[in-house]
Amino acid sequence: MNLLSQEVPISWYLLLSAMLFSLGVVGFLIKRNLITVFMSIELMLNAVNLSFVTFAHEWHAVKGQIFVFFVMMVAAAEAAVGLAIIIAVFRARATLAVDRIDLMKL
Amino acid sequence: MNGTLNLWLIPLLPFAGFLLNGILGSRLPKWLVTTIALLAPLAAFGVVVNAARSVFGVGAAIASLPYIETCPMGWINAGTLHIDFSFVLDQLSLVMLLVVTGVGFLIHIYSVGYMAHEEGYARYFSFLNLFLFFMTVLVLAGNALLMFVGWEGVGLASYLLIGFYFKKDSAANAGKKAFIVNRIGDFGFLIGMFLLLANFGTLTFSEIATKLGQDPGWQGGMVTVIALCLLLGATGKSAQLPLYIWLPDAMEGPTPVSALIHAATMVTAGVYMIARTHVLFDHSPFALGVVAVVGAATALFAATIGLVQNDIKRVLAYSTISQLGYMFLGCGVAAYSAAIFHLMTHAFFKALLFLAAGSVIHAIGGEQDLRKMGGLRKKLPVTFWTMTAAVFAIAGFPPLAAFFSKDAILYAAYLQGTGGMALWFVGLVTALLTSLYMFRLWYLTFMGEARSPEIHAHESPWTMLGPLVILALLSVGGGWIGIERFAAFLAPATGLRTAESGSSQLELILSGAAVAVALLGWLIADRLYRQKPAQPAEIAAAMPGAYRVLANKYYVDEMYGATVVKPVLGFSRYVLGWVVDVGLLGGIAWLLGGIALFTGAILQRWQSGNLRSYAAWLAAGAAAVLLFVVVPWNAVWPASMELILKVAGR
Repeated sequence: MNLLSQEVPISWYLLLSAMLFSLGVVGFLIKRNLITVFMSIELMLNAVNLSFVTFAHEWHAVKGQIFVFFVMMVAAAEAAVGLAIIIAVFRARATLAVDRIDLMKL
Repeated sequence: MNGTLNLWLIPLLPFAGFLLNGILGSRLPKWLVTTIALLAPLAAFGVVVNAARSVFGVGAAIASLPYIETCPMGWINAGTLHIDFSFVLDQLSLVMLLVVTGVGFLIHIYSVGYMAHEEGYARYFSFLNLFLFFMTVLVLAGNALLMFVGWEGVGLASYLLIGFYFKKDSAANAGKKAFIVNRIGDFGFLIGMFLLLANFGTLTFSEIATKLGQDPGWQGGMVTVIALCLLLGATGKSAQLPLYIWLPDAMEGPTPVSALIHAATMVTAGVYMIARTHVLFDHSPFALGVVAVVGAATALFAATIGLVQNDIKRVLAYSTISQLGYMFLGCGVAAYSAAIFHLMTHAFFKALLFLAAGSVIHAIGGEQDLRKMGGLRKKLPVTFWTMTAAVFAIAGFPPLAAFFSKDAILYAAYLQGTGGMALWFVGLVTALLTSLYMFRLWYLTFMGEARSPEIHAHESPWTMLGPLVILALLSVGGGWIGIERFAAFLAPATGLRTAESGSSQLELILSGAAVAVALLGWLIADRLYRQKPAQPAEIAAAMPGAYRVLANKYYVDEMYGATVVKPVLGFSRYVLGWVVDVGLLGGIAWLLGGIALFTGAILQRWQSGNLRSYAAWLAAGAAAVLLFVVVPWNAVWPASMELILKVAGR
């Protein structure tokens, strides 16, 4: 049997998705640079997208695909706003180290 | 009676005046305020007169009384308790209404002149209208609860008007004193109402009367307790012993207020209430006796204090207390119509006395001390002559008003056996003292030479003199109707006593005695205050102890201060204030605040401001939720418990 013609089992996709999501979470938690943290968020979003598409394909439901477009759209908007905020923060504080931007408490 | 009488208009018209002037008054021009303030009581008086005309006009109309108007919506419907908004017009309330709205209207006119240059003109008239509203509710009420509404309301209006010059401490305090002392009486009224409800199941006067009439077994016992509770309420409102102390202080209010509320109408509410609930008192000879003794004692007691007061209004205040004592005496000997008769004539001449005193005070620039007056006869001729009519009327000279009404009461008292003769004697002595202190006031104010020549007196404006003249005519002629006819008219509402019907030789003799003591009082006053002006001081110096006791009003205020006010204040300040308020309540508040602060101090560490710590908690939370959802706890728990037990068992 041709390996390529064989369908990839669904669990592989989901495993990949979970790994990507975990990478995103860990990156979000341990990285100091704000931009890296931001990228971790994108990674998490895309991990979720992957599982959406997987399930949509598995169950032949188009809803999951549609949801992915929504997530992408929101992610794009979020990227624009987030980068703008990061630039503003950098201008104000001259640093992108997350643990030095800790004025969120009163 | 043809058609409706629209009794509900009688209270509501003054209430409309109160609302208009109370809400908009400060923004309206003065003439409009005056118009509203005068139209409201005038219109109410018109409705009353219309009712009176329909009662007297047609022959059969009197027989159709009492005429009742009930609000169709009802008021309180709870289980077996049904209380209506019902207004009752009978002979008794008709007389009261005529007095309240008639004299009230005259005093409104007078106030226009008296208060012309005062601050708070609109406020004053709105309160005055408010008073008329509550007073007419009180009078018209067909049940005790509605009467209580009016009762409390006139207390409120009285409080507001006594404290009208609220920037003066003494006025504000006098208002508070009146209110608080009245609360004690109101407590009695309330307990009386509760007992009425518990025993009769109704507060409607006519139903109580019916139930009492059906069952003679009510004699004594509970009825006495109820009557005494109601009497306590009456002593508060009508300034009788032992709750009279607020009335002299109430003179801090503007003089027309003293005339309207603290002489003519509100303070007579207690008498009216007793007459209204007279069936209860009739079933309890003991309670009646207490009423009579309280009345006679108050009459004498207040008259002696009135002898030595130097403030013109305070003399009149004690005189009012004393005259109210007469009315209670009349009620106490079951001569209700005589008491109401005296109430009516008293409303005329005492309102006149106060208004004339107000005219004097107004004329000499606010001075109230009798010792600084004198010789005002020439400068204030109208005031002088009207005041003279009132003085002779209250002293009991025939054929002026109080001669008839006071004699009716004394005669009724005399007919009550030996105890009644003692009451009659007290009343007679009081009549002597009344004549004495009234002529003292008369001489000191108007006769002799001016003791303060620097004061330039000027006669008051016609708005003030007009009511004086009308009231003087009423003080002169108010008694000519005669107690026989008056009692016969009131009989359906208050019952008829033999003492009040028909005259006799005895009555003539008693009248003669009353006139004699009135004359005697005049002669003594003439000697002391005209012929030998130095003598009063000599007498006072000869009996320093007695004089001091009288001048200090028997130290009753001081006594109450030491026995009631001080302990209550002390209890409030130390026990309630410090222990309960600061200690207990404050402690609880501090404890709660402390708990919040403490937990806050712990929890605020969470709020580090560090983005990554938030994210970590978020992730931990998500993990926890995931764990909760994904793990099949129902299977895991028993299995793990088994495992633990196994391990423990081994």
